[in-house]
Amino acid sequence: MLLSFLPFYPLISFLLIILLKKQLSWWQTSVLSVGAMLLCAITSLVLFNALNQAPDGVITSHLWRWFSLSDGDSFVSVNFSFYLDALSAVMICVVSCVGFLIHLFAAVYMKEDENFGRFMAYMNLFIVAMLILVLADNLVLLYLGWEGVGLCSFLLIGFWYQEKANVLAARKAFIVTRIGDTSMAIGLFMLFNALGSVNIVDVSELASAQWQLGNNDAYWICLLLLGGAVGKSAQLPLQTWLPDAMAGPTPVSALIHAATMVTAGVYLIARMNGLFILSPQVMNYVAWIGAITLLLAGISALVQTDIKRVLAYSTMSQIGYMMLGLGAGAWSAGIFHLMTHAFFKALLFLTAGAVIYALHHQQNVFKMGGVLKRLPFESSLFIIGLICLMALPGTSGFFSKEAIIGQLWSSATAGQALWWCAILGAFLTSVYSCRLFFIAFLGQERFSHPVTNLSNKGLKASLITLALLSLVGGFLVPDLSGVFVNTTQGVNNVVEPKWLHSVAIATPIVGIVFSWFYFSQYRSAEPNIYQQAQLKENQNPIVRYCFSGLGFDHLYELVFIKPFVFIARLNKRDVVDQCIMSITWYVGLWRDILVYSQNGLMRWYAAAFAIGLVCFIGGWLL
Amino acid sequence: MIISLLMIGLVFSGGFAWYMETKRSGQAKFIALLATIILGSSFTLYIATSPESYAELVLLTKVTWISVFNIHYMIALDHLSILLLLLTFILTVVAILISWREITHRQGFYYFNLLTTIAGIIGVFTAVDMFLFFFFWEVMLLPMTALIAIWGHENRHFAAIKFFIFTQVSSLLMLIAIILMAFIHQQQEGQLSFAYQDWLTLTLPADYSYYLMLGFFIAFAVKLPSFPVHSWLPDAHTQAPTAGSVLLAGILLKTGAYGLIRFVIVLFPQASEEFAPIAAVLALISILYGAKMAFAQTDFKRLVAYSSISHMGFVMLALFAFNANAFQGVIITLVAHGLSSAALFTFAGMIYARIHSRDLREMGGFWRASPVMGGFALAFVAAAFGMPGLANFIGEFYSLIGAFQRFPLITILAALGIIGSAIYGMLLFQSSFQGPVKNSFIDLSIRERFIATSLFIFLLVLGLFPNLILQYSFNGGL
Repeated sequence: MLLSFLPFYPLISFLLIILLKKQLSWWQTSVLSVGAMLLCAITSLVLFNALNQAPDGVITSHLWRWFSLSDGDSFVSVNFSFYLDALSAVMICVVSCVGFLIHLFAAVYMKEDENFGRFMAYMNLFIVAMLILVLADNLVLLYLGWEGVGLCSFLLIGFWYQEKANVLAARKAFIVTRIGDTSMAIGLFMLFNALGSVNIVDVSELASAQWQLGNNDAYWICLLLLGGAVGKSAQLPLQTWLPDAMAGPTPVSALIHAATMVTAGVYLIARMNGLFILSPQVMNYVAWIGAITLLLAGISALVQTDIKRVLAYSTMSQIGYMMLGLGAGAWSAGIFHLMTHAFFKALLFLTAGAVIYALHHQQNVFKMGGVLKRLPFESSLFIIGLICLMALPGTSGFFSKEAIIGQLWSSATAGQALWWCAILGAFLTSVYSCRLFFIAFLGQERFSHPVTNLSNKGLKASLITLALLSLVGGFLVPDLSGVFVNTTQGVNNVVEPKWLHSVAIATPIVGIVFSWFYFSQYRSAEPNIYQQAQLKENQNPIVRYCFSGLGFDHLYELVFIKPFVFIARLNKRDVVDQCIMSITWYVGLWRDILVYSQNGLMRWYAAAFAIGLVCFIGGWLL
Repeated sequence: MIISLLMIGLVFSGGFAWYMETKRSGQAKFIALLATIILGSSFTLYIATSPESYAELVLLTKVTWISVFNIHYMIALDHLSILLLLLTFILTVVAILISWREITHRQGFYYFNLLTTIAGIIGVFTAVDMFLFFFFWEVMLLPMTALIAIWGHENRHFAAIKFFIFTQVSSLLMLIAIILMAFIHQQQEGQLSFAYQDWLTLTLPADYSYYLMLGFFIAFAVKLPSFPVHSWLPDAHTQAPTAGSVLLAGILLKTGAYGLIRFVIVLFPQASEEFAPIAAVLALISILYGAKMAFAQTDFKRLVAYSSISHMGFVMLALFAFNANAFQGVIITLVAHGLSSAALFTFAGMIYARIHSRDLREMGGFWRASPVMGGFALAFVAAAFGMPGLANFIGEFYSLIGAFQRFPLITILAALGIIGSAIYGMLLFQSSFQGPVKNSFIDLSIRERFIATSLFIFLLVLGLFPNLILQYSFNGGL
């Protein structure tokens, strides 16, 4: 019963704020939207506990029958029903708890914005859609949430819609993810055609009953669903929208483009694990997509100058780890990393937001410098976020990332090559984190304005809570054994070398040591040394190539966008219409000729008569 | 009887409005609105209290018209026609309300034409004598042409003539097919008959039933419209007054779909089965070509017009899939597209009333001055690109999932239309409501809010509870 209320708290808050926007003060709007999220968070935690006592570890709640599909003779109902098991319980806790903290932060952070009400309303609406996404008991309802979060993401990226760049970023995010969504929709049609159901539990059962390992249908369906997942989760080849999405306000980046929405793809694959297990080949693709994305994003993050873009690439790279984990069959570890990542990445984005705010909307790290001294509170929280991101031993990131890496070597769908990718990625992670930290937080101050400190209790409370969660989150291991029953299936019997775990643990520390020396100029207090280093980086062509996200934007522009726009422009007048309208031209031509001949001049008529007679007689004679 | 009364009532009140306008200006719109509401609600009341179930066609009236040719005035109703009639009444109210301020010139005659068109449309949806059907088909065409030609925009005469000629030429083919069918009936049963029910029992000779089917198909495909005979639509929509566009997109296109369901599929099952792959390919081209053309437009109304072509492609694809799911999709899409495209055209009209332009390049940043209008515009654009939760999604989903079973490859390609609709939808919304502020603008008036809210509520309710419609069975599927 409690379950069915969950998405309605933020929905009611959304409706009230949208309808009464003008009448509500800042205080009322905040209480409404943040209060709704607090209710959500409490309810989620209660439900999480209630799940232990529930029979079969599942709570369901049926709202109404949405529509029914005909499957030959029988009808299959597609319901507005929620399905809560250990997996979705973890997800609702992450969504509503992190969501609550970010809402609390946002209420303070966005206070001065003239459209504050609209902002909080969208944030609430986003939570509604996200909760529906994770709670849906069938894929059509999941698709509703899936599109809903996409729409909210669009609205929030383009929140400051008067800037052309934000508008374009919003459009790009929506259309690129829509490409993935379409692939997912086709997968859904195929799934229904093959199994006659769209209910998640039924589909998994039917699939394992009817299909052998490596079934062709399973292959295509998983591949198409993967298409949806890579779109939403900003993985190769649909990753290009995420860095641009940083155009939105910082709490949006924290909530949507780091903690929750972009992990929806991971959730989808984990949710459909029963299907993916049947197709080891696609699992292998998942692992490779994750691995390549995490490397590419790590390389791009190395050279960014915008603090939010560094974090955006870092998000892509961490989601790459989750994908890699899922692909290797480390389902629980993937979801665990999703959870810890939500904590520390939200923390990183929010503290970055606080720093940006304090420096008067300065996002360029090269114009920061020495922030550690001026903003010690924010900086220390940022450090906590970074060490979790680097996965230093003891932090939450450590437990979850090691859990993934540890299972790669012997997994049937992953293997040694992918293990090395993951290690290289961990190295890159710690290098770009250090670079970011050195440039922005150490060294000489490079900003002239005095800092404006955000000293609100609610804001600090939300940051501290997130920091605590990031630190101890490693001990909140969710028990997902009931959901992922078949995890041990894909293990190769290979002997793991003894150094495996020590290398994995040592890598981030090696990265720190490496950066300490390699980026020593960046942490130098001498402006000259620093400027030389910055100049050198700017002039390096490889750096510039990496800066643009490894040229994917250019490639897509050249291959897809330019031809599409060109053909559209070329045919703006509609060639079919032109063909049809040529009939009018033809008719008009004859009309003109005939009008011309009817000119009332006797000699013309006489001549025409004479010529006609000659032709006629001539034709008859011949 | 009720249907005849509706039609007589509409024409009569149109004439009355025309007459009263000459006595005192500003009366016509009240009369037209009042007449539509009274007639619409009495129809709803009649249906709600009627003991019939209407699962099959129920013959309401039969009067001999031309006895020599065995032509009767025959009116019948079933769920499909009831649904479309209800849609017609809703959109008529919208059309009258949106004309409230827009039409200042020859108001009386305007509302006469509007109501006469509606009367013709009601006739088309209910006539079961094919001669009568053809008669109504023409009745709805003439006043519509007048609406475009007299109250349209800058290029109205051209658009009106184009619309008229396209429809006339194609309906000529239908007329020939109708006469041939009557002769076939004479051959087989001994006397001419134009009655739909009689034709259902005919056994058609296989060799030319295909051509007869084509005669009907072309007439309805032009109306739908389908590639490659769609090109009247962008001109007619763009040049028509707002109410004209609303009626064209909302209802007139649906008469094409109605014809395909009621006549092509049902009367010629074998021939249409044979023809299905061609129809599916045409539908696919309509979907993709329409979406692509919509993207290329810079005129608000033209963009929406091309998007209609794309959406109607889904209807045709689903219809020729001969599948229960796909057929449900057709029904929902007809209603959903009627409401959502009507909504987008009313928005085009509202924007035109404010900035006197339909050019997207001259728009921008409207959201700032008119957040309510922006919110609604987003909702209607979202409906058009198939946002789940709104009615259009249900239609698209049903259509594609059904069509997939029969034409997997074509459906996969047609699903690319989902991307296309997002692209032009975003273009439409963002270039008008987002971006830098270019014009001064005012938010929706109470009348406009009423229109937008009611259309949105219809879309939302049908999107969440499509069973309100789908619980009824519709003839023509499978």
